[in-house]
Amino acid sequence: MPRPGFVLEVDRSTPPILFWRGENFSLEKLPADRSRVIYAPEPHKVIDDIDGAINHALLNPVDMDPLPTLLVPGMKLTIAFDDISLPLPKMTRPDIRQRIIEAVLDMAAEAGVDDVHIIAALALHRRMTEDELRHQLGDRIYDAFAPRGMLYQHDAEDPDNLALLGETAHGEEVEINKRAAESDLLVYVNINLVAMDGGWKSTATGLASYRSLRHHHNTHTMQNSRSFMDAHKSELHKSNWRMGEVMRKHGPKIFQIETTVNNDTFPKPFDFLAKREWEWNGRDRAKFVAAKAGLNRTPPRMARNIFHGIEAPHNMTSIQCGEVEAVHRLTTENVWKQQLVEVQGQTDILTMGIPFICPYNVNSIMNPILVMCTGLGYFFNLYRGKPLVREGGVVIMTHPTTNEFHPVHHPSYIDFFEQVLTETTVPHELEARFEKQFAQDDWYRHLYRTSYAYHGVHPFYMWYWGSHGLQHCGKVIIVGGDAPTVHRLGFTPASTLNDALEIASDVVGRSPTITHLHTPPLMVADVK
Amino acid sequence: MARDYPKQTVRSAASRRVLERAAGLAEGLESLARKPVRSWRSKGFPYRAPSVPRGVEVPPKPSTLGADFDTDFARGPGSRFVRRLLVAGPVTAMVQFLARPKVEGADRLTDLANNESIGGVIFAPNHHSHLDTPLMVTAVPKPWRDRLVVAAAADYFFDKRVKGTLAALTLNAIPIDRETTSRKSSDELRRLLTRDWSLVIYPEGGRSPDGWGQEFKAGAAYLSAKTGAPVVPVFIDGTGAIFGKGMKRPKRGHTRVVFGAPLFPDENENTRRFNDRIERAVTLLGDESSTDFWTARRRAASGNATPLTGPDYTGWRRQWALYEHRKVGVAGQRRRQKRRWPDLGN
Repeated sequence: MPRPGFVLEVDRSTPPILFWRGENFSLEKLPADRSRVIYAPEPHKVIDDIDGAINHALLNPVDMDPLPTLLVPGMKLTIAFDDISLPLPKMTRPDIRQRIIEAVLDMAAEAGVDDVHIIAALALHRRMTEDELRHQLGDRIYDAFAPRGMLYQHDAEDPDNLALLGETAHGEEVEINKRAAESDLLVYVNINLVAMDGGWKSTATGLASYRSLRHHHNTHTMQNSRSFMDAHKSELHKSNWRMGEVMRKHGPKIFQIETTVNNDTFPKPFDFLAKREWEWNGRDRAKFVAAKAGLNRTPPRMARNIFHGIEAPHNMTSIQCGEVEAVHRLTTENVWKQQLVEVQGQTDILTMGIPFICPYNVNSIMNPILVMCTGLGYFFNLYRGKPLVREGGVVIMTHPTTNEFHPVHHPSYIDFFEQVLTETTVPHELEARFEKQFAQDDWYRHLYRTSYAYHGVHPFYMWYWGSHGLQHCGKVIIVGGDAPTVHRLGFTPASTLNDALEIASDVVGRSPTITHLHTPPLMVADVK
Repeated sequence: MARDYPKQTVRSAASRRVLERAAGLAEGLESLARKPVRSWRSKGFPYRAPSVPRGVEVPPKPSTLGADFDTDFARGPGSRFVRRLLVAGPVTAMVQFLARPKVEGADRLTDLANNESIGGVIFAPNHHSHLDTPLMVTAVPKPWRDRLVVAAAADYFFDKRVKGTLAALTLNAIPIDRETTSRKSSDELRRLLTRDWSLVIYPEGGRSPDGWGQEFKAGAAYLSAKTGAPVVPVFIDGTGAIFGKGMKRPKRGHTRVVFGAPLFPDENENTRRFNDRIERAVTLLGDESSTDFWTARRRAASGNATPLTGPDYTGWRRQWALYEHRKVGVAGQRRRQKRRWPDLGN
């Protein structure tokens, strides 16, 4: 029986706690009697017979007819799937998406469906390479569909292949992939890593155009989502659900397939990274010492390759299919079961180690803008109820935050860092002054469509993602960060955690309460 | 007309002397051995075999060859260690050199590997060549490779003691009757499956005589029904061209081993129907191997898939159809694709 999440009250006998620092980590001693550490629940058991569970779910959907009855000869069937940003780290082969799509194709073949397209729903994310697609879908699907042009990646900037379905009552335009919009049945295959994934967000975001996405990927929506993980308090969620209404009326019939995975994040020999420190045995300690010594001497590029080569042992804990909203309710419950940790009250200082990966730097570099997004956008929002840190409190992150960008994946990030952040770091202001220019830039558009680049507007979205955190916190400190780079982000650099606590005392006083988010593995704090 | 015959070669005096000495030495040895042999012959029973009294019929000795060959020694720790070395070394090297195999579909066995309640697994491949067994022994995924027995024809592999011992030691072969239904063979296989040994059994019963497959016999389905062990359909492609039936020496080539999703007997499904399902699964894998995943499934669903046993006609048309079948066809697109650039207009 996996143990539930745990909040450790730090005392004098508490060992130093693990903090991630990008492609490295350190052990830090937290002040006794006023610090606490939040540990994720242990990984839930995965389904033994995954193929059996997939077939059962497809034949017994929620509020919809079984999939085989929806498949008829001569129909247009489109299968869309989540892109490389999920799950993190990538899972060992075979990926869940491969298994599900193979099962759907089996049924489609049996029903005599010939016209099948498979589309990667990547919104404004970068195109995936052939190897990445093969990892997600397997060689069998790739070899059968890609050469015939029946497996491809959504292009949010292709005017000929987008269809405007209508507008919501709030004036939000709903424009999605034309093939998906004109299909007789759209099967969406999703992996729900956190509660905000899935539901209408799958189609209304994953298959949408910039014209549609800008209505919910903006400062207003992000600052009014408290948090993204809590559907009832998320403006992002509400906007996607409004768009879902339009899709329900004017769009294709959607058969939603949602899955949840457990939080078994690290394979051997990195498994000690998910353990509670006082439970490390001799081998774990030896592995930590060896890994730390090795990583200290490893060039960053090589360390990055090592970490991005990790294939997580996490696997499917549930699958549900059918009508989008009914399915998503079940999925969210299953996500909560794995991730929720009850925490009493807020804290003055929230500490977090920023790891090597976030949804937007898979096989890439965690650049300074993504550090901000991971810390203030993702980790800060891992709450339900109230934020973990009180309003006006301090967030302390640990990360090297070097001025380093992936020139192929993140070209517009470089200009955002050099041209926009030098002018302002205020989300509203940079949105008003610069977003349009980046979003409509022909060169960025060209790179997004033909290379492996994120869309020109993507760094803005990353900044908006953290805007609620920015608005909420009195100060943000990055321990171990490159000082000029951290200053450019509008944050304060510190050499050590003790220095950071000293700096924070200007805002929160001499003996603040401290909470450390021991993640990854992922969790969501249910703050009472 | 007189012919010119080659002249008789005349031995040199030196070689003649060597032969004379050798003959003398042999004579000496014979005279030395003569005495002890004579004295041993003079001894009777119990030093010599007993004579059989008249009117008494001696029961025939139980056979230790063929299906009765005892292969238990091959599953002892010593033999397993030796076999592991042999498979990892010379057998793998030979397979890599001759067959250059590409293994596909092993990901379909992930659940099976993770399921601790499942012990033995039955691998049911098609059969074209003696090379199939070394190929399977090296291609079967790790969890099962170390505890794998191979059902081998008792009349072919176990007709001589040396041959049988070698087959048992290197491939963990176990004799199985092809012609008659032997209870001993099936009991032994069931016993091994329940003790978590996995089995490679060729449901066709023998190598293909003409390149097409043969109808499946129900051995794998029967064993699965009796033990609950899953059957993994496997399609082996290319070994017939390397060392098919009737070939005197092997010819290097390329092979592909495709594993299918495991099959379990359904409730109330008789052995014959389950056997049909196994045959259909192997046929589908064969089609997948020569075309692709989606084409194979559509052809199977529409009933247009080429059966494993080939077309009904005989003679040259059958061979002709085999040639057509082997052409890669639509799967010519299997090559890695060039980047597809979107049309950005002018």
